[in-house]
Amino acid sequence: MTEPVIRVHDVSKFFSLHKHKSLKERLVNRGRDTAYVDEFWALKDITFDVEPSTTLGLIGHNGSGKSTLLKIIGGILAPSTGYTERRGRLAALLELGAGFHGDLSGRENVYLNASILGLTRAQTDQYFDAIVDFSGIEEFIDTQVKFYSSGMYVRLAFAVAIHVDPEVLLIDEVLAVGDEPFQRKCLEKIRDFQREGRTIVMVTHGLDQVRQLCDRAILLEHGKILIDGDPIDVIRTFREKYEQDFSSNVGEAADPEKARPAEIVSVTVTSPDGSALRRIDPGDPVTIDVKVSARHPLPEWTVGIAIANQFENHVYGVNTQMAKVDLGPLNGTSTVRFAIPEVPLAEGQYFITAAVHPPRGAEWHRVDRAAYFKVYSPANQDGVVYLRPEIEVVTG
Amino acid sequence: MATADSFQNVPAVDGRSHSHLERISARPAFFSGFGKSIADIWQFRELLGNLVSKELKVRYKESVLGFMWTLVRPLMQLLVYSVAIGVFLGSGRVIPQFGVYLFTGLLAWTLFTDIVGGCTGSIVGNAGLVKKVYFPRELFPLSVVGAAVVNFFLQVIVLLGAYLVTGSWPRLSNLLLVPLALLVLVVFATAIGMLLGAANVFLRDVQHLVEIGLLLWFWMTPIVYDWTKVRTELAGTADAPKATAWLFDLYMANPMANVVLAFQRALWPGGLTEKGAAFYYGGNLWLRLLVCLAASAVLLFVSQRVFARAQGNFAQEL
Repeated sequence: MTEPVIRVHDVSKFFSLHKHKSLKERLVNRGRDTAYVDEFWALKDITFDVEPSTTLGLIGHNGSGKSTLLKIIGGILAPSTGYTERRGRLAALLELGAGFHGDLSGRENVYLNASILGLTRAQTDQYFDAIVDFSGIEEFIDTQVKFYSSGMYVRLAFAVAIHVDPEVLLIDEVLAVGDEPFQRKCLEKIRDFQREGRTIVMVTHGLDQVRQLCDRAILLEHGKILIDGDPIDVIRTFREKYEQDFSSNVGEAADPEKARPAEIVSVTVTSPDGSALRRIDPGDPVTIDVKVSARHPLPEWTVGIAIANQFENHVYGVNTQMAKVDLGPLNGTSTVRFAIPEVPLAEGQYFITAAVHPPRGAEWHRVDRAAYFKVYSPANQDGVVYLRPEIEVVTG
Repeated sequence: MATADSFQNVPAVDGRSHSHLERISARPAFFSGFGKSIADIWQFRELLGNLVSKELKVRYKESVLGFMWTLVRPLMQLLVYSVAIGVFLGSGRVIPQFGVYLFTGLLAWTLFTDIVGGCTGSIVGNAGLVKKVYFPRELFPLSVVGAAVVNFFLQVIVLLGAYLVTGSWPRLSNLLLVPLALLVLVVFATAIGMLLGAANVFLRDVQHLVEIGLLLWFWMTPIVYDWTKVRTELAGTADAPKATAWLFDLYMANPMANVVLAFQRALWPGGLTEKGAAFYYGGNLWLRLLVCLAASAVLLFVSQRVFARAQGNFAQEL
C-alpha cells in the first residue's frame, strides 16, 4: 500500500477578521468591537488523504472554502485546529506571476520567479530555453515586464511555473489564461504531469476541466465536504445543488411603460404524453411548449427557441421562420409546440431560451433560461453530442 | 525541438518519492523549533541571494545615477551636520577631523535604520508573495538585511576616499573592532526588525512608531555630538560626581551607542591626535560589545520564535 502524498487531518480554519488595522480605530471602537470583527469557520473538520499520482479537483461555490483549503495544503495558511502532512516537493500555482517585478526584465523575472518556486540557478539555466519557448515571447524576454501585455505576462508566468519540477502541484484557477492555443498547451502539459505520475490538486469552476482531468473530486460547501469521490458523481451532485438555486424568470413583472406587442407567458418542457419533464436519457423525445400572448392582434409573428448547456454553449437553435412554418395571425394567446423526437445530448443540464419577434426587426420579448431539462447518460464521454460509436479493432 | 527535449529531462516521479510525510505549518515548539527554522532558511539560501539582488536592482532601476544615490543621502547628512553642528554650534573647532567623525557614526546608523525600517515594512510590502507562495517568511526581513549590508560596504568607499583626502589613516589594531561591532549591529537590528515586521502585519501603526522611535534613538546615540558631553551632564566629573550617574550607565547600555563608539575608535583617526584624545572612548569596548552580542543573540532567538509563531497568520491578516 502506498503512503499518501497529502494527508489532511481534521482541519478547521476559523477566520476572525478585524476591520480595523490601526491603533486609533481600535481604540475609538473599543466598546463596539464585536460589530467590527468578522468571525466564521472557513473550513470545518476536513479530513482526507491524497494517494500518489492522483489528480484531485476541489469544486464548490464562491466562498465554499476551496481556496482556503488549497492554501492550507500549500502551507500558506496555518489551520486553526487539526494538521496537514505532506511529502515531496510542492509547487503552488495560486497566482501567476505573484513574484514578478515590473521593473525587472523578463529574463530576470524568470530566474527570480523560478527560485521563488524552488528551482536552483543551475536548473533554471537548464530549463530557460524551454521556458521561453513555451511562453512564445522570445523577442521580448529582455524587455521589462511592466511593458508586457497581460497575456504575455501570464504566459511567461505559467511557463515558469510548469517547468518547476514538483511532485505535488497545487493549481488555483490558473488554467484559464491566454488564448486558445496556449490553453491547449497548458492542458497538454498538465496531462504530461499526470503521465509522469505527479500528484495534482486543483481548484476550478470549470466542471468540464474536472471531468476531463481529474480522477477524484471533492465538493465543498460552507467549509464542509459534501461529497468526495468519482468526478462524475461529484459533478452530478454539484449540478443538483445548483439546480435548486435556479429559478425560472418567466412571468417577471412586465414594465407597463414598455408594453410589448407580444409576450412569452410560459415555457414548459414535457414528454410527449404531456407529463412534466426534468430528466431524460440521451435520445429521449422532448416537447417544448412556448405560450405567447399579444395585446393587440398581430398579422405576423415568429417564435424561436435555443438550447444551451450550463456553460452557456449554444447547442441548438431554431425559429418558426427558419423552419418555414406559417403561424398565421396572433389573436390573444397561443401556444407553439416544438416536438423534438430525439435529443441526442450528452450528460448535463440544458437551458431553454425562448423569444418572440416580428419576421424582421428587434425581438419583442425574450426569456433567457426559461426552462431546463437534464440528461443523465450511462456512458462516459466528452463533448455535447451523444453519439454511440461501436468501437472495435479492425485489422487487414 | 527544445521544449520536447527538456521535458524529457524532467525526472519521472511516479509517486516513488522516498521522502516521508511531514507535518506542515504545525505550531512550532518554542525552543526546539529554532533549529528547524534555521535549516529551512538554509535550504532557501539561493532564493535569499536572489531576493537581495532584486532589492538592490529594483531600488535604483531607471535612475541615471543608479547606485550613486546610495551615497547621496549619507553625504547630504554629512554636509548638513557638518555645517549645523560642526560650524554653527562649534563642535568642528573642538573635535579634529569632524567630518570623518560624523561619517563613521552615520555609517553605522544608516545601516541600523536601513535594517530596522526596511524589515518593519518587509512583510506588508510583499503581501502579494506572502499570500500566494510559500517559503520561509524570514527571507523577507533577511533580504532587507542583505541589501542593507551591501549598501553599507558601498558607503565605506566614501570613507576610504576621506582617508585619501585627509591623509590620516586609522590604526590597524583598532580596526579589528569593526567586524565585532558590525556583527552586533546586524544581529541586534535584525532581531528588532523581525519583531517589528511581524507586529506591523497585525497593527499598521508600527511603521509610524518605528519612524518616530528611530528619530529619538538617533539623538540618544553619540553620532553628531560627542559622548563626553553626556558624561559631564549626567555623571559629572571625577571631582564633582552627580547623583544621576546611573542615567549615564543607562545611556551607555544602548547597544547602538557601543557600536558607534567602536566605529569611532576604529575608523576615526582624529581620536589618535592629541586634541582628539579627549573624545576617544577609553572603556573596554571589547567586553562591552561581547555583552551586547550575547544580549542581541538572545533577542534574535526570541524574535525569531515570535516571528515563527506569528507567520501562520500573515496570509490571512494581509
